[in-house]
Amino acid sequence: MADTAVKAKDQTPTIDGAPKPAGALDARLAALSLPQGGFTAAARRDALARLQDMGLPGPRDEYWRYTDPRSFNAPVPAALAVPDADETPLFDGLDKLTLVFVDGVFDEAASDDLALEGVEIATLAQADAAGSWAADLYGKLEAAGQKPVKRPFAALNTVAARDGLLIRVTATPAKPLHVVHRRASDSADAVWHHVIRVEEGAELTLLETGMSGARSNSVIEVDLAEGAKFHHVASKRAVDPKVGIGHIFARIAARAQFKSFTLSVKGTMMRNEAVIDIAGDDAVAHIAAAVLGDGAQAPFHQDDTVFVTHGAERCESRQVFKKVLKNGATGVFQGKILVKPGAQKTDGYQISQALLLDERSQFLAKPELEIYADDVKCSHGSTTGAIDEEALFYLRSRGVSRERAIVFLVLSFLADALAEVEDDGIRDRIYERLDVWLTLNAVQ
Amino acid sequence: MTATIDLEVREGVDRETVETVQNMGSYKYGWETEIEMDYAPKGLNEDIVRLISQKNNEPEWMLEWRLEAYRRWLTMTEPKWAMLNYPEIDYQDQFYYARPKSMEVKPKSLDEVDPKLLATYEKLGIPLKEQMILAGVEGASPSPAMDMAIAATEGRRVAVDAVFDSVSVGTTFKEELAQAGVIFCSISEAIREHPELVKKYLGSVVPQSDNFFATLNSAVFSDGSFVYVPKGVKCPMELSTYFRINAENTGQFERTLIIADKGSYVSYLEGCTAPKRDTNQLHAAVVEIVVLEDAEVKYSTVQNWFPGDEEGKGGIYNFVTKRADCREARAKVMWTQVETGSAITWKYPSCILRGDESQGEFYSIAIANNMQQADTGTKMIHLGRNTRSRIVSKGISAGKAQNTYRGLVTMHPRATNSRNYTQCDSLLIGDQCGAHTVPYIEVKNTSSRVEHEATTSKVDDDQLFYCRQRGMDEEEAVALVVNGFCREVLQALPMEFAMEAQSLVAISLEGSVG
Repeated sequence: MADTAVKAKDQTPTIDGAPKPAGALDARLAALSLPQGGFTAAARRDALARLQDMGLPGPRDEYWRYTDPRSFNAPVPAALAVPDADETPLFDGLDKLTLVFVDGVFDEAASDDLALEGVEIATLAQADAAGSWAADLYGKLEAAGQKPVKRPFAALNTVAARDGLLIRVTATPAKPLHVVHRRASDSADAVWHHVIRVEEGAELTLLETGMSGARSNSVIEVDLAEGAKFHHVASKRAVDPKVGIGHIFARIAARAQFKSFTLSVKGTMMRNEAVIDIAGDDAVAHIAAAVLGDGAQAPFHQDDTVFVTHGAERCESRQVFKKVLKNGATGVFQGKILVKPGAQKTDGYQISQALLLDERSQFLAKPELEIYADDVKCSHGSTTGAIDEEALFYLRSRGVSRERAIVFLVLSFLADALAEVEDDGIRDRIYERLDVWLTLNAVQ
Repeated sequence: MTATIDLEVREGVDRETVETVQNMGSYKYGWETEIEMDYAPKGLNEDIVRLISQKNNEPEWMLEWRLEAYRRWLTMTEPKWAMLNYPEIDYQDQFYYARPKSMEVKPKSLDEVDPKLLATYEKLGIPLKEQMILAGVEGASPSPAMDMAIAATEGRRVAVDAVFDSVSVGTTFKEELAQAGVIFCSISEAIREHPELVKKYLGSVVPQSDNFFATLNSAVFSDGSFVYVPKGVKCPMELSTYFRINAENTGQFERTLIIADKGSYVSYLEGCTAPKRDTNQLHAAVVEIVVLEDAEVKYSTVQNWFPGDEEGKGGIYNFVTKRADCREARAKVMWTQVETGSAITWKYPSCILRGDESQGEFYSIAIANNMQQADTGTKMIHLGRNTRSRIVSKGISAGKAQNTYRGLVTMHPRATNSRNYTQCDSLLIGDQCGAHTVPYIEVKNTSSRVEHEATTSKVDDDQLFYCRQRGMDEEEAVALVVNGFCREVLQALPMEFAMEAQSLVAISLEGSVG
């Protein structure tokens, strides 16, 4: 009996670093048309070497513990019908410069003119042959963000990105940039890569809405010079069985401020990774997300994986993640604060909370701290629970219907995350939109 | 013990305080007992497993069980996920069995035990004589308040099972416990005398194939303690095991099995020490606790294995699997641990809350100083309805030490209306050390509430200043602040242990300030 156990064990792969089926990565790469690259050629080559070294994540990969990587590993995405016209875009009516991407490729005709004072905007596909200031950055922050945790899909993106924006901000522009993603094909595997550099003292607000591809993979590399400010607000509202992975890699110099807020609604398999490197003293990094997950029509799985590194003194970081889950939805949060030796006076805070609206939904969290400096203030909190019946009763007793009361309570639950959106006008629009969605999908 | 030298006592500082500081020397239990030993040949193979089984006069089924584990172990790899850094362990460069020669013929009573062994435990403050109490700290009580506390415990008796290297030297109060129906003996004896209980429960909480170290233990465990508390019995005294590693290059692999039958109660204490040596020694224990309906088990550990010297030379590698199974309704288990020793600590006392309304608690203080590394925490697995768990973990890092809390709280879909509260606080003393928190939280139903809070901070300057102002020196002040930081956990310990733990906290941090 014991002997058979040994034999059976021999046939299965070893537990540590479980080998992936040979050729999975090759098949994945073969299905993409890989750009040769102009100024990005060297970076793409390096990324390919990195990727081949890492391989695709396996089921035993610690950073894929709560999210099944199979739909990202598959050579081609499952076909996904293109929806009829979507509802009014979230930021319609705001004064902004609109940049349209269709399945990850820039659509010049649908976009505004790229001229905006203080900002140089080019597209990756067009600039690649000509050369760009971004040559020093493309793939660099992604490469730096591969340690200590492997992010193979980010490396894959650097290898395969067909298009993206190269944005350099030298002086604060008069209006925000708005990237609108659209879908045209039911089978597109959209891969795009933005590089953003905000020069000393300048500010940029970047808005993102929509979805592209039947499956998407995005990377945004953000390099903030001293005293620069970057404000990012993304609304990812997918049509139902959407599969997508997004990455932000940020490097923050002294006194610079980075703020990112993502709203995620729907999506079968969504993962957002943020890798924030606070490299200069007195810098600030806030990253927040509000998630509405409903598994009624299609499975819902949404994962936020965040890694904040404090490498300088007197810096502040905030991670605020709020997830509302119902009908068997799954929310994942893996957040980490790493305080390097010497990063004294660090103020790091992380909160991840889930509101579960029914018995079948689940929240899986791994909020980590890794601290090598003593004079720091770091804390994290995580809570999971249902709607507070007492609060509900209070609202009902004031004559508010049960459905409406739940909408109120959900909005107030999300408030801390929304507070990370600095612009009142933008925040109000998000609130209004959330109210509409929540009312339409009212919990009985 | 520290020799009492003439002390110049400053006015207003009481003598005890000064003595405490004096006694806050290096590791107190680093001496070695010179005693003739029988060793099994170095290394590990099936013959060694057979030999251990034979030395313990085990029945055939037990040998088979061990061999099965051993064969399984050969196919496993050492886990590497913990935040621990240590050189590759050579499992063939160890002795897996070491027994004092005098134990060759098992002594019938404590009177027959080699006086050298008895003296060893005497010196450790663990008198193996009945009618004597187990005083936590010998002669080093830091304050008059503690002397009073010691006095208050007089009359409380503790039964001890003393394990020396690979064998149990003796168990006290056996007869008296037997009158209450409690079985308290070494596990080797239990295998022979109570095979029906051992067969039923051994490996039922931590299976042979559980993890690398537990599987190794299943193959080579040499001794350990066995407790059975029958239905409705409140164990008349506290039970304890004291583990002493003495022999060089010898691993200690003990196995503890505690069964609390319906409606029973037992409080169990565990202590351990080892001599100072330049080489690392391996300790891989397994503790299994089965808690049946309405029963309650308290398990307290003060782990004080030799931590290695300031340069990180020597010290125990402590890889321990401890798990309690609240198998039936309203079962309750409480783990309390004070981890001050060991060069490497890899330990996650866990609770499986299977029975409805069962309860698990975990209170931990982990102190890592100099080059020590600790990766410790708990798992609370909620399977039953209305189950409750509470985790309070206090991690302290000083010197160049790394201290990690690693925990899992999982609420299964069926575990409705359950509750977990987790608090893990880390304290950093000095800028060369690290404090880390790695919690896993998995919630799979809505009616349960899970709350997790963690903080990391340094010793508060205002508090230090306040203490210094009152005439304390810096080390004392830090010890006091740290004791305050650990208070919640210290309070959960039984009295004797609380005192020992409190002074250990001070001792472990010695030299970490300034």
